[in-house]
Amino acid sequence: MQKFERLTAVAAPLLIDNIDTDQMIPVHRMLASMHPDYGAGLFANWRYIDDKAPNPEFILNQIPYTKAGILIAGENFACGSSREHAVWALQGFGIRCVIAMSFGDIFFNNCFKQGVLPITLPAATIRTLAAEIAASGGNDPLTVSLVDRRISSARGMVIDFAIDDGLREILLKGLDEIGQTLLHEADISAFQARDRLARPWIYSATPAAMRRAAAVSNAEVKSGE
Amino acid sequence: MTAMTPLTAFDKMWNLHVVKELDDGSTLLHIDRHVMHEITSYQGFDGLRRAGRKVRSTDLTVAVPEHILSTDPGRTEESFGPGTDFVRTLRHNTREAGIELFDVHDARQGIVHVMAPELGIALPGATLVCGDSHTCTVGGIGALAFGIGSSQVEHVMATQVLPVKKPKRMRVRFEGTLQRGVFAKDLILHLIGHLGAGAGTGYAVEYAGSVIRDLPIEGRLTLCNMAIEMGARIGFVAPDQKAIDYVRGRQFAPSGADWNAAERHWRSLSSDAEAVFDQDILIDVARIGPKITWGTSPQHVINVDERVPDPAATKDPEARRNAERALKYMGLAPGDLLTDLPIHTVFIGSCTNSRLDDLRAAAAMIGGGLVAKGVRAMIVPGSTSVKRAAEAEGLDQIFKNAGFEWRESACSMCGAVNDDKVGPGQRCVATSNRNFEGRQGPNARTHLSSPAMAAAAAIAGKIVDIRTQGGMGAKV
Repeated sequence: MQKFERLTAVAAPLLIDNIDTDQMIPVHRMLASMHPDYGAGLFANWRYIDDKAPNPEFILNQIPYTKAGILIAGENFACGSSREHAVWALQGFGIRCVIAMSFGDIFFNNCFKQGVLPITLPAATIRTLAAEIAASGGNDPLTVSLVDRRISSARGMVIDFAIDDGLREILLKGLDEIGQTLLHEADISAFQARDRLARPWIYSATPAAMRRAAAVSNAEVKSGE
Repeated sequence: MTAMTPLTAFDKMWNLHVVKELDDGSTLLHIDRHVMHEITSYQGFDGLRRAGRKVRSTDLTVAVPEHILSTDPGRTEESFGPGTDFVRTLRHNTREAGIELFDVHDARQGIVHVMAPELGIALPGATLVCGDSHTCTVGGIGALAFGIGSSQVEHVMATQVLPVKKPKRMRVRFEGTLQRGVFAKDLILHLIGHLGAGAGTGYAVEYAGSVIRDLPIEGRLTLCNMAIEMGARIGFVAPDQKAIDYVRGRQFAPSGADWNAAERHWRSLSSDAEAVFDQDILIDVARIGPKITWGTSPQHVINVDERVPDPAATKDPEARRNAERALKYMGLAPGDLLTDLPIHTVFIGSCTNSRLDDLRAAAAMIGGGLVAKGVRAMIVPGSTSVKRAAEAEGLDQIFKNAGFEWRESACSMCGAVNDDKVGPGQRCVATSNRNFEGRQGPNARTHLSSPAMAAAAAIAGKIVDIRTQGGMGAKV
């Protein structure tokens, strides 16, 4: 996974609450094929007129926001569907950091699998930040340092942010989370061995286990004939 | 912590699945059941291949095609062309890995969250995940279930555990007497409207109270389905006699000695009387009427006889702009009544409201009427088995005679994933869970309601208050 340490980029304010992942990547773009251009599908229903021509009124079609690497959003950003495609769409467009008042939980977690940094800040701070960006016409970039847990603007605004240490580590090092979990393989095996005794039905009452059991008992019936 | 510490049902279920507490404060949580579908799993299979990894616990994993399948009567995997590759890839991937697949023509095929409890794959007290946000649905039978992204799908395939942060505990108690014409769907829409679409973020929500104790399992599944619409990844009703009776005898439910042990175990999973919740909310159901959404978030909801609220009354600037934007999108103005609003489409289906009780409630509203002229009304049973059960009791004939389309089971018009879409600017009364902009098709206008409200709207050709219609009994 791509590491995230520092990013200096144009930041696009999109202060709408409850933006859902259906908006971030509408289904007709997400499933156009098995491997479509997710970046082109980002906010497609807002970004394009009749799904084709760029809508000049949408911020990501306006210079300099066409080069945005940071998105600034409202409450409950990326709520709704679990589609990780929403993160892939941001990444595909070139956005690697979202600063919002709050996030949908599944999206928030998905970000850390893809090297995208979600930052939560108070509403008042976000409004101030968005106003400063708007005043510069978006031309003043923001710098986000995960190393220092700090956002700084070209005009000297400095905002410290909090982030869970474990999640920060994942992004800083670009960790392979599955690889990390597999380091605990012995614990997983030990758990399952104990659990088979405590809750045997979890392992015996499954389609595959029951199919095998039925095959064995059929064979026994036959051999007994 | 002493042995006497009172615990919530959530804590008891969570604790049983802790493989290891990690240094960073997260927990490696064992996943008892992993259910996959064709849209969010192939990326995980590709990831495993790239890393040279295998599916660790194939027995605990099942798969079913249901998102992008056509619902045309007699459909095959080719009926909706763009979906064919997704379905075939799922078949290929599951066969190669040795994972049980309930394929297109299997009588057990259905929407994951409908077929998993139906088959006894979802079990009380068991953890269950799926690459779909509505996985919380099966909390209705007392499972600890949550939706995950594609990377987590891959993670579960490779390890059978997930590193997760433990959510906080919220309890919502529903007390009082339900009004006539009020269903589980109305309870959850009311709750989301009351608390807000982000209020449950970071929580596992236990639904409780006398109304929930009396609520049949199918209604509980509806209630839990929309926990995610208030931000909560987990919603559940603690296992009780109703849940045990529901699970007993299902195809993949435990049997024999295992059943007896399981039943004893499930009975221990209720919240202790003195257990403490991070949030404890009491809802008096008496004032809840049949609900209908007016905007583009499930929190934009009113009783059907109320007027659309005025955004000017909202202090928060973003919330006000949102409400204004929602009204513009929906073609509505503050103060409008939704009753008498003409509609074009009615969709009865989705993991929220497509089970047998839902179809019965819808059929009961038809009363010999016909779908209004100019309205397209479709019934999409949640599983092939729901479809057959409904046919066995003649519900399909009631719907077909009234002019409803009677279709095959899949996600359908809920998310416009296949070709079941609402046209631009058209108004749809839907029993699904999301009224987001464009959710049912570009510029489609969605009004969420219960199946009874949706069926009544189909006959009237407009949104109606079912309490003013004949033959409506109070039931959930």
